[in-house]
Amino acid sequence: MTMRRLWIGLTFVLFGLLLGVPVVRIAIGAFDGGVQGFIDGVGRPEALHALMMTGIIVVIVTAVNTVFGVMLALYLVRANWLGPQLKRLLNSVVDLPFAVSPIIGGLMIVLLLGPDAALGALLNKAGIDIVYALPGMVIATLFVTFPLIIREVMPVLQEIGASQEEAAHMLGAYPWTTFWRVTWPSIRWSVVYGVVLTVARTLGEFGAVLVVSGNILFKTQTATTLVYQDVENFNVTAANSVALVLAACSVGLLLFMEWVKSRKES
Amino acid sequence: MLRSRWWSWGFRSAVMLYFVLLIVFPILGIYGQSFSDGWASFVDNLTEPLAWKAVMLTVKLAIIATIVNMAIGTMAGWVLTRYRFPGRKLLNSMVDLPFALPTAVVGLMILLLLGPRSAVGQWADSLGFTILFHEPAIVVAMVFVTFPFVIRAVQPLLEEIDASEEEAAYTMGATKAKTFFRIILPNMLPGILSGAMLAFSRALAEFGAVVLVAGNIPGRTQVASVYIFGQIESDHPAAAAAVSVLLLTFSFLILWLVNYVQTRRTAR
Repeated sequence: MTMRRLWIGLTFVLFGLLLGVPVVRIAIGAFDGGVQGFIDGVGRPEALHALMMTGIIVVIVTAVNTVFGVMLALYLVRANWLGPQLKRLLNSVVDLPFAVSPIIGGLMIVLLLGPDAALGALLNKAGIDIVYALPGMVIATLFVTFPLIIREVMPVLQEIGASQEEAAHMLGAYPWTTFWRVTWPSIRWSVVYGVVLTVARTLGEFGAVLVVSGNILFKTQTATTLVYQDVENFNVTAANSVALVLAACSVGLLLFMEWVKSRKES
Repeated sequence: MLRSRWWSWGFRSAVMLYFVLLIVFPILGIYGQSFSDGWASFVDNLTEPLAWKAVMLTVKLAIIATIVNMAIGTMAGWVLTRYRFPGRKLLNSMVDLPFALPTAVVGLMILLLLGPRSAVGQWADSLGFTILFHEPAIVVAMVFVTFPFVIRAVQPLLEEIDASEEEAAYTMGATKAKTFFRIILPNMLPGILSGAMLAFSRALAEFGAVVLVAGNIPGRTQVASVYIFGQIESDHPAAAAAVSVLLLTFSFLILWLVNYVQTRRTAR
């Protein structure tokens, strides 16, 4: 019994020190200069612009990844036109972005589409900037968040099996109707869960975006790269206020995720 | 009917093309780039002393962080699955916090908590060593960002352990400690190991949390990801690509190993 108490107590201490104290410290740090200091930190033009950039990237990346993620999950589980060998290969390729450091993900985009690369130079001549501009930042974030939705949806598709979909097909339903009426209701909460994970990851993406964006003030600076720049400039209170906004979003998403998890299980 | 077939063919090609262009193409590209000047220059880029030191430092600190995580992750996973106590649900949902928080924010948190003006920083200073901008801070950052891996890998295994084995051990007179080490730990081991491998590969790759708290002094407190970033900034993409390829190959091997272990487990 005393052992039990000891282990529970240790776990509380561990969680408090490792997870609790840092979050509280950011919240206190953001109000180092009082409420006004926090408002000044978040209300700076560069902070507002950075938060707007982050918002734009979140919207684009989430929309694209949701559509392609759900479709790819469907293909990887159901499609007969992919051989089992090829399916297995593609299935393991899906996970690769998890193993790639965000910095390396950004480097890949720069190497392929940067001004020194053949493809990048071509696009540049056509007047399209990829690297050091929004498109590159979106591509880098798409790469990093690619597996999240697929990995949430695939197990559910495997579990429910194809029999209901086949029945709908036999009864003459169009593929589109089959998807909305039969498949979607059972994968709905997994998709929502994957979307929340994607939003959280996109909000917080730093390494890949830093490399690809060049961190240009009022142009390609996002919320996380602004925090980085503020710290480098010893402007810690301002960094804290933007960080607090980001941390509050993460905690909110985490709470929402818990709620979705309970819906998914019921 | 014919039109619907065209549609589905179009969808298939679009999705597959997207997949190949977004994921496969960049990964092949970086391997291609690092060998584009030949094998000799690839080796040169890797054996450059600063690059090599950065890689070795990263591996060393990632191993330390992984060992710490194996210990605290096993304990936390055990407590959260086996014991019922007030606050358990709260702690269980807090586990995912390091995944949800932006890594730059994590770096800032550690900077504030362990910096020279903080209580911990002053205490360490009075003992004669500094945490921030030195190796301990890097390890703390790595432990924080990889905290959930071992716990999340251990929990499902603990839930499915057959209670009868444990009870049989007790009825035959085994002590609690003996039951734990002979029955429970072997059952948890696959989870601890696969969680540890994922944590290790994440620690190797970590950038955001580390760049703010490491001193980034080349050859001393510069980890591999920061070295790569520095090479990109100073316009040496070939050097950055060479170190990247080394790290990538390492991570891919780990990922493959984890998948292999897991498929063998489920196949059994």
